[in-house]
Amino acid sequence: MSELYSLLIAPFVEFAFMRRALAGVVALSVGAAPVGVFLMLRRMSLVGDAMACAILPGAAIGYLLFGLAVLPMTFGGLVVGVFVAVAAGFVARTTVQLEDASLAAFYLISLSLGVAIISIRGSSVDLMQVLFGSVLAIDDTSLMVLGASATVTLLTLAVIYRALVAECVDQAFLRAVGGPSAATHFAFLVLVVVNLVAGFLALGTLLAVGLMMLPAAAARFWVRGLGATLALSIALALAASISGLLISYYVTIASGPAITLVAGFIYIASLVVGREAGWVVGLKPQKHRVA
Amino acid sequence: MSVAVLGNGVRATPEIRCENLTLGFDGHPAVHHLHGAIAPGALLAIVGPNGSGKTTLLRGLMGQLAPLGGRVVSDRSAFAYLPQQAGLDRAFPLTVRELVTLGAWRSIGLFRRVGRDVEDSVTAALGAVGLTGFDARPIDKLSGGQLQRALFARVIVQDEPVILLDEPFNAVDRRTSADLMRLIHTWHRDGRTVIAVLHDIGLARAAFPESLLLAREPVAWGATCDVLTDRNLARADAMAEQWDEGAAECEIAPDHSNTHSAHDDHLGHGDGAIAHVHAHPHVQVTGQPPRQPEPVAAASIAMPQGAKRRSAG
Repeated sequence: MSELYSLLIAPFVEFAFMRRALAGVVALSVGAAPVGVFLMLRRMSLVGDAMACAILPGAAIGYLLFGLAVLPMTFGGLVVGVFVAVAAGFVARTTVQLEDASLAAFYLISLSLGVAIISIRGSSVDLMQVLFGSVLAIDDTSLMVLGASATVTLLTLAVIYRALVAECVDQAFLRAVGGPSAATHFAFLVLVVVNLVAGFLALGTLLAVGLMMLPAAAARFWVRGLGATLALSIALALAASISGLLISYYVTIASGPAITLVAGFIYIASLVVGREAGWVVGLKPQKHRVA
Repeated sequence: MSVAVLGNGVRATPEIRCENLTLGFDGHPAVHHLHGAIAPGALLAIVGPNGSGKTTLLRGLMGQLAPLGGRVVSDRSAFAYLPQQAGLDRAFPLTVRELVTLGAWRSIGLFRRVGRDVEDSVTAALGAVGLTGFDARPIDKLSGGQLQRALFARVIVQDEPVILLDEPFNAVDRRTSADLMRLIHTWHRDGRTVIAVLHDIGLARAAFPESLLLAREPVAWGATCDVLTDRNLARADAMAEQWDEGAAECEIAPDHSNTHSAHDDHLGHGDGAIAHVHAHPHVQVTGQPPRQPEPVAAASIAMPQGAKRRSAG
């Protein structure tokens, strides 16, 4: 028992940086995972990736002006991320180009712009931190940002939940009854950006999507209903972040990749043995009912 | 005279007036200079070949597509709409009851609790479409016909005086069609206006007293027996799907919708369901001159005076 304690609990008790990291990833999991579920259900799984790159130039401008400081980079990331999301949506609604194509264009421009801006001033160490994050170096300001992000996400989801579901299932119907279709879509995109910026602080640009998409995709292999999927995705995200932190503590690999790898492992395990549509279930001969 | 009143006497059925309505994409018309009125309580089939603008017209009536010219005059808050199944994401983890409950959107909105009355109306609607006991079934486990029944239940829950159905019998077997058609006739008897886009000419002939035959241009509009003649259908086939990149700009009464006195005249005669069908310079109309079918049902003659609310630009 005491061995288990020293293995799993002691690192958090002994070190303040581990406790901060724990609080940070808990907040991130609670906010990002449900957003990921809706992204997946809206068939926008790859949009998260694109948007994660889109926030980079904003963060880079904050970095250029204020150095490696949390608030300017957060603010810059939010502004540019929302701008790209709105611009891509606007292009899709006003031209023949579909949203994924315009998003791809915008994110490629953003990514190259962001790396270019950082390389004007930064060292490669800074660039590494921006790209891969530093969950073990989370300070008070970052914690505030992560907490705020989770709070805003849960409150907003509570407000738009019914409209978001209707929008996902039957957009034409929601518009026909005068529901807030476009407003819901944009509010949701803003939530995606908010969570990516939060994820960017903890896991870096490239892996910010990890805690968003992997638990959501894994949860689908276990449960069917929407509520259950949302709850399970949060639980899996929490499991992945906490074990990722511990692995990173013991094995000294970067915490961002460690967390994302655990989430990836959970996904693959779910894919194989998951109750709903997992591979193993698919192999078994199924009993059927008479009607 | 005046507006039809529903069986429960709660809401009046508004007239739907198309004033020189042109709808389309990239400046190319998909519905060209449609002029006429759908009287309260009409049971109207919109038929025509593929690409003739049927769905476009429905979206125009719903206000989901801004007109290239002209306008639709009606009270859209009284419209219930059944979109095509293709737009529905069936993989979304939603139950039948949840899907049908969305029909109460106008009363529950974003936040309001789904009260007892809504629950009861959902249960009743599921019963009416023959899906009793399907409440907890996920929508991705429904057959095409069952899904269509669920969507009809959603229309029942919407409980609006005007009902627009986009290809309601697509991919639906004969028995389901018959059941759903009975529902439509119930709505018709309630005094609701029902407008359905149909592919099945035979069904339109059998079950819909009025028809609008579209082939981009309105070919004929009025009593189904006068509209769906072999001759008109052949004309519609010949006219359909002309998409000429370099087509000249249409010269017909460009500012007609602003000065609609000429057609107000036309409408004022009491022949409510009559299309203004004109020979058109860049569409070859062969054979008979445009004909104006006889007025159909008593409901078609009733012209509401009070409902001239503008609701689209």
